Amino acid sequence: MGFDAGFSQALGARGWLGLTLPVEYGGGGRGPFARFVLVEELLAAGAPVGAHWIADRQSGPLLLKYGTEAQKRFHLPRICRGESFFCIGMSEPQSGSDLASVRTQAERVEGGWRLSGQKLWTTNAPRSHYMIALVRTSGTHDDRHRGLSQVIVDLAAPGVTIRPIRDLAGDAHFSEVFFDDVMLGEDAIVGQEGDGWAQVTAELAFERSGPERIYSSLALFDAWIAHVRSRAVPDQASVVLAGRLATHLAVLRELCVAVTAKLAAGESPVVEAALVKDLGTALEQAMPVAIADVIGAEDGPPAAAALMQALAYVTHVAPSFSLRGGTREILRGMIARGLGLR
Amino acid sequence: MPSPATVSPFLDPLEKLLSVHGTPAVVRAVEAGDDAGNARQAWIDSGFADLLMPEASGGAGLPLRMADELLRTCARRLLPWPLDATMIARAAFAGAGGAAPDGFVAIAPQTSVDADGRMLCRGVPDGAAADWILATVAEGAMLVPVREHRSEAVFRGGTVATDVFWHAQPAGTTPIPRGMDWMAIGACLMATRIAGAMERLLEMTLAHASTRAQFGKPLAAFQAVQQQLAVMAEQVAAARMAASIGMLAEGIEPDPLRAAIAKARTSEAVVEVTSIAHGVHGAIGIAAEFDLQLYTRRLHAWRLAFGTERRWQGVVGRALLAAEGPVLDAIVLRAAPPAA
Repeated sequence: MGFDAGFSQALGARGWLGLTLPVEYGGGGRGPFARFVLVEELLAAGAPVGAHWIADRQSGPLLLKYGTEAQKRFHLPRICRGESFFCIGMSEPQSGSDLASVRTQAERVEGGWRLSGQKLWTTNAPRSHYMIALVRTSGTHDDRHRGLSQVIVDLAAPGVTIRPIRDLAGDAHFSEVFFDDVMLGEDAIVGQEGDGWAQVTAELAFERSGPERIYSSLALFDAWIAHVRSRAVPDQASVVLAGRLATHLAVLRELCVAVTAKLAAGESPVVEAALVKDLGTALEQAMPVAIADVIGAEDGPPAAAALMQALAYVTHVAPSFSLRGGTREILRGMIARGLGLR
Repeated sequence: MPSPATVSPFLDPLEKLLSVHGTPAVVRAVEAGDDAGNARQAWIDSGFADLLMPEASGGAGLPLRMADELLRTCARRLLPWPLDATMIARAAFAGAGGAAPDGFVAIAPQTSVDADGRMLCRGVPDGAAADWILATVAEGAMLVPVREHRSEAVFRGGTVATDVFWHAQPAGTTPIPRGMDWMAIGACLMATRIAGAMERLLEMTLAHASTRAQFGKPLAAFQAVQQQLAVMAEQVAAARMAASIGMLAEGIEPDPLRAAIAKARTSEAVVEVTSIAHGVHGAIGIAAEFDLQLYTRRLHAWRLAFGTERRWQGVVGRALLAAEGPVLDAIVLRAAPPAA
């Protein structure tokens, strides 16, 4: 997903950011379906939406739902103009799937909170203005889900250090973020102190349910289809594969719409979102594998370099699809709970 | 769009009828060749077969999409007569100003006629329980009588699909008054059956996992089993959505692309869903007296009937490759329901 602050600001100028946020905060005052349509078109076009993505998808709605009036007045208009980019502070070195074990701590001090600890695998941290982080504000590590809160951290504040992490494809989308006694104001808490776990769970339903969870490999798929179309006579394996992948996409898209309908009805479809995300990532991961298989079986002139580069890239980053936003095993555990098995 | 509430007046009576005349005992009896006369007559008298017929002809004028839940409900019980195909055939006759002959209609996926006029319909779902086989030959589609005529039904290896054979085209054969894509219709109906049967199969498997204990605790307490059941639930959800896409039609004919998507995705899900269901049930699932096999054998038969996933993936693939532009416009948004 490309990052282009200018593009995000241009979207904001057209009123296309914060589409679901109320007009009084600078938003579009529209429902989740309006955003669904817009996001689907942006993703299909391969638009560089990375800068505003997290703020638009989850930080904005989170602040609208749980934030104070002052927080909403300050942050939401900036998000809608494409001036404020957010990142998410969830994972830590010792807290991956076991998110409730986070150790980063905000300690009550005169005039606010003192933050210390470390976040990891933070997407776009060096280019974001704020992080909403899940941290411990009371109790100890053994209290698990109790005593966790979400805080807004100004990433320009003294004591914040960001180190990009180079990934296997040569990019540096992820970072580690260190907090050395970072001073946060009284107003840094989002929602109720101690309710962080419930809020994060609701936030993750937004993260897991969007159409981007089925379209990560779409650019590769379309590039490959163009390649197959360019052949005089497509081989039967490619025809069947194209149909199989398109069939899955069509069904997943309607499942996404069904989850969006629940969001629109004010529900928090945690289990349904987990189900769609797991099915979606399975398809996204199957695409590079299957496409490589049929390309590698072809005779005739070699496929275009751009297709092979996209194929290599998606192949290499595909493992992350079933890690981000909850691993496959965590999601299946949630589905099992929804089925009444645990 | 009319509200889905229009369906609800029919759902309750349907459930009631199924609970009396759609029991596993009835399913077994019909499969064994028993006429199950009382139950059969109750279904014919119920009027459900007329739901898709225009109101002017005494039907309820339901479009296909409003029959989605009703037919899935029948499939949850494995209703052993082809009510679904009969509904569409009756509506096809009524829509052309005529009336279909009485009785159940089963659609033949494949029909061949040899030089001597002998006719073979291969792999007809519910073929042995139907009064008429809807066969498509060179001259078009026609209803061919099964009962009271010289015909042979051949069962193979525990499948519920039947081969039906005639030495000559029998008297009483009636042409369908309207050209329709019966392959797409059959595919769409099988997809809905698969989705309904899978929903019930998931419930049965969850119930078994919660009651059957090994190593001192229910199977459902084992994480490996939980993950399997989650995968099963995902496949069932995908199949159900796919089947509903297939039934998204205002008239009685499914859209060919949507029908292809429905059959391809539901058929593909059959493999994993039946495999997990049997795995979780263990050895008892193989026993004939246990109901599981009633479901899994039909799911395999319906996967094959009117084309497996590979056939319909080929249809979707050719449509995608023949189109221009990205998959989203060429396939995905074409399959989506029209905006309300």
